[in-house]
Amino acid sequence: MLLTTLKHAAKHAALGVGLALAISGAAQAEKVLRVGNDGEPQSMDPHYISTVQTSRLTDDMFLGLLTYGQDGKPIAGAAESWTISEDGKTYTFKLRDHVWSDGTPVTAEDFVYAWRRILAPETGAEYASLLYIIKGAEEVNGGKAGPEALAAEAIDDRTLKVELTSPAPYFLAQLAHQTAFPVPKHAVEEFGRDWTKPENIVVNGAYKLVSWTPKVEATLVKNDKFYDADNVAIDKVIYYAMEERTAMQQRFRAGELDVARDIASEQIDWLRENMADSLRIAPYAGTYYYVFRCDKEPFTDARIRKAMSMAINREAIVDKVLRTGMLPAYSFVPPGTANYGEPAYADFKGMPYGEAVEKAKALMADAGYGPDNPLKITLRYNNAEDHKRIAVAVQAMWKQIGVQTELFNTDGKIHYADLKQGSFQVARAGWIADYNDPQNFLFLMESKSGPINYSKFNNEEYDGLMAEAEAVSDLDQRATILREAEEVAMEGQPVAPIYYYVSKQLVSPTVVGWVDNVPDKHPTRFLDLKQ
Amino acid sequence: MLSYALKRLVTVVPTLLVIITVAFFMMRLAPGGPFDSDRALPPEIEKNIKAAYDLDKPLVEQYLLYMGRILQGDFGPSLKIRDFSVGELIASGAPASMELGIAAIALALVIGVSFGTLAALRQNSGTDFSVMSISMIGIAVPNFVMAPLLSLVLGIYLDLLPTSGWGTGELRYKVLPVIALALPQIAYVARLTRGSMVEVLHSNFVRTARAKGLRERLVVVRHALKGALMPVVSYLGPATAAVMTGSVVIETIFGVPGIGTYFVNAALNRDYPLVMGVIIVYAVLIMLLNLAVDLLYAVLDPKVRYS
Repeated sequence: MLLTTLKHAAKHAALGVGLALAISGAAQAEKVLRVGNDGEPQSMDPHYISTVQTSRLTDDMFLGLLTYGQDGKPIAGAAESWTISEDGKTYTFKLRDHVWSDGTPVTAEDFVYAWRRILAPETGAEYASLLYIIKGAEEVNGGKAGPEALAAEAIDDRTLKVELTSPAPYFLAQLAHQTAFPVPKHAVEEFGRDWTKPENIVVNGAYKLVSWTPKVEATLVKNDKFYDADNVAIDKVIYYAMEERTAMQQRFRAGELDVARDIASEQIDWLRENMADSLRIAPYAGTYYYVFRCDKEPFTDARIRKAMSMAINREAIVDKVLRTGMLPAYSFVPPGTANYGEPAYADFKGMPYGEAVEKAKALMADAGYGPDNPLKITLRYNNAEDHKRIAVAVQAMWKQIGVQTELFNTDGKIHYADLKQGSFQVARAGWIADYNDPQNFLFLMESKSGPINYSKFNNEEYDGLMAEAEAVSDLDQRATILREAEEVAMEGQPVAPIYYYVSKQLVSPTVVGWVDNVPDKHPTRFLDLKQ
Repeated sequence: MLSYALKRLVTVVPTLLVIITVAFFMMRLAPGGPFDSDRALPPEIEKNIKAAYDLDKPLVEQYLLYMGRILQGDFGPSLKIRDFSVGELIASGAPASMELGIAAIALALVIGVSFGTLAALRQNSGTDFSVMSISMIGIAVPNFVMAPLLSLVLGIYLDLLPTSGWGTGELRYKVLPVIALALPQIAYVARLTRGSMVEVLHSNFVRTARAKGLRERLVVVRHALKGALMPVVSYLGPATAAVMTGSVVIETIFGVPGIGTYFVNAALNRDYPLVMGVIIVYAVLIMLLNLAVDLLYAVLDPKVRYS
């Protein structure tokens, strides 16, 4: 009896508390989006950012001249309109009449200031080279010219004129990238390095930083001064820094997160079965590849590179090893890339695998290698379960054509330092585009690209075609030339593309307005929550 | 005893100096740098960045600059989480790590010593075997297995506690990480206590105490336990330092904002100043706790005298 009474009392108390919570909830009706972000943000200063995990926050806080739309495509942002000169090299932007979060107007000068700042050598910005397309940028960044050499000029408060080194159809898309964001001159000058602290930060985007606890979360709240604030539904977005994918997935399952920006791939079967309504796998602008060191024996011989690339059973890797919806890659530029059309595929695409192996054996024999004289090489990869599984599979595939592969793994820093210095024979690498254009992939094999051309591919025809494409402003003509260049690369195979990346995430069905897209951009301003 | 403690404290300085120096140069010996990533930087940008962080200067000069800054209490900027200085990162993470660490050690001490004593008193009985087997499991099951299991069972299946996260530091977020941290410690302490307790119970002074007709409870608590705790205390010094500076596994799995992950992540990221910062914190802590252990000996063991 006593127990029953107690239970009743508890029930009533709980009801009371619940009611009180409901009432206070209705009074606030605050919409909070909780995002599991698969990495700690580096900085809230757009000039010190190099990871996508960080750009998710700055994309919410800053508005470039252009900005990412709901579908990831660039749309008008801080600029409401623009004109392009006939030669495609001069852009004139008309700025939208809008203000920073402290009420100061955003001016063309803020952009000029920001670009000069990211390019100033003493800033030491990792990503500055993305602006090299602007005339004078490379000289300023290299310390060969003063900041005024940059061809970006504030004609008046709301007019910005920019000159490029060559007609670059991707320039507009690039302007949505954080490297081209404006920074508030008045705040940066007042607070210096501390201008991005929550108490000082001034933004022109939809959200503003209010707190950041390292390794826990960064919270952004709606910026009421944002020009389109009336159409922003989510009041607050919390980015939880969660490098551990399993833990993130568990929090999502427990209803503590609305979005998890990555999944634990090894649990893909379970996810497909149990969380199909939340699982989102979509093509992503990136290619996973193996790179051959082309200027050193034995990979100076294009036959060997091609044979080894042919012998990789990409379908098996994608379907049997990874099983997370990636697509086998036979081109370096992923299909669906803007300003391109269909990429130029390697000629062995579509060839039955058995036949490809035979052809590869013949090529190896031509090059002087066979069962009696096997080619011995080392394949390097950076520590990660998937890289290892792929390497082991490829090792077995190459064995069929008489290549003895030794696997060598190191941590990421050593791996990339060695790639840069060329201390490898064959190595794993990956590339995620910074802007949606084939040039952002193909430049990696240009000899002038320096250390990032890991393969040290040095092909005159390829370089010539890339230079030719750079000078052309007609999009179709440019695409044709770039495709010819990619054909040269796919014939020479300085790199063996293996698969095209996909974005993998969990999005709760209560999140409205999430559109899967190739750049994997999902600005919070376009999202809403079902109540 | 005071002068002994002071003498020991003075030796902390040169020891720390050696540790900092060795760590500084070893860190730089590791191939790869903080700005090596999947996209190789153009040479001019790499030059700019290195200059911005003094990484372009000769190593010895960098070392002297670093030592100079440390003397002023400046641990430098983090190279990866750029909006925070190393001092800020440690200050924001250390309280969580220490809080969990102290709670875990306290739990380990209370539970471990009780179970260990119980097992020793009932040597070779069913109780003894079960306590020892369970603690063997506690030692054998690694925390990267235990932690997700706890989170799965208590967080998802039973829905009693949050699976991970820190909230605003509420108690319910701390329960699972404390348990996960404490389990192996409980096991170690129980085994250590049992071992030395068995030995002490057979020693002469315990036999004397019993011969005097003292009650068994008094014999155990007042006489035997004091002696039996010596190995536990020796173990607790470094163990407390290790637990208080956080655990990579526990912090990663439960999303604890401590400093434990910095030991590994900062090293992998070649975030030199951050690695140095956490090493210094760990070194100081371990030296202080070792000193505390030595002083405790004197309290526990009448044969130990410091002058």
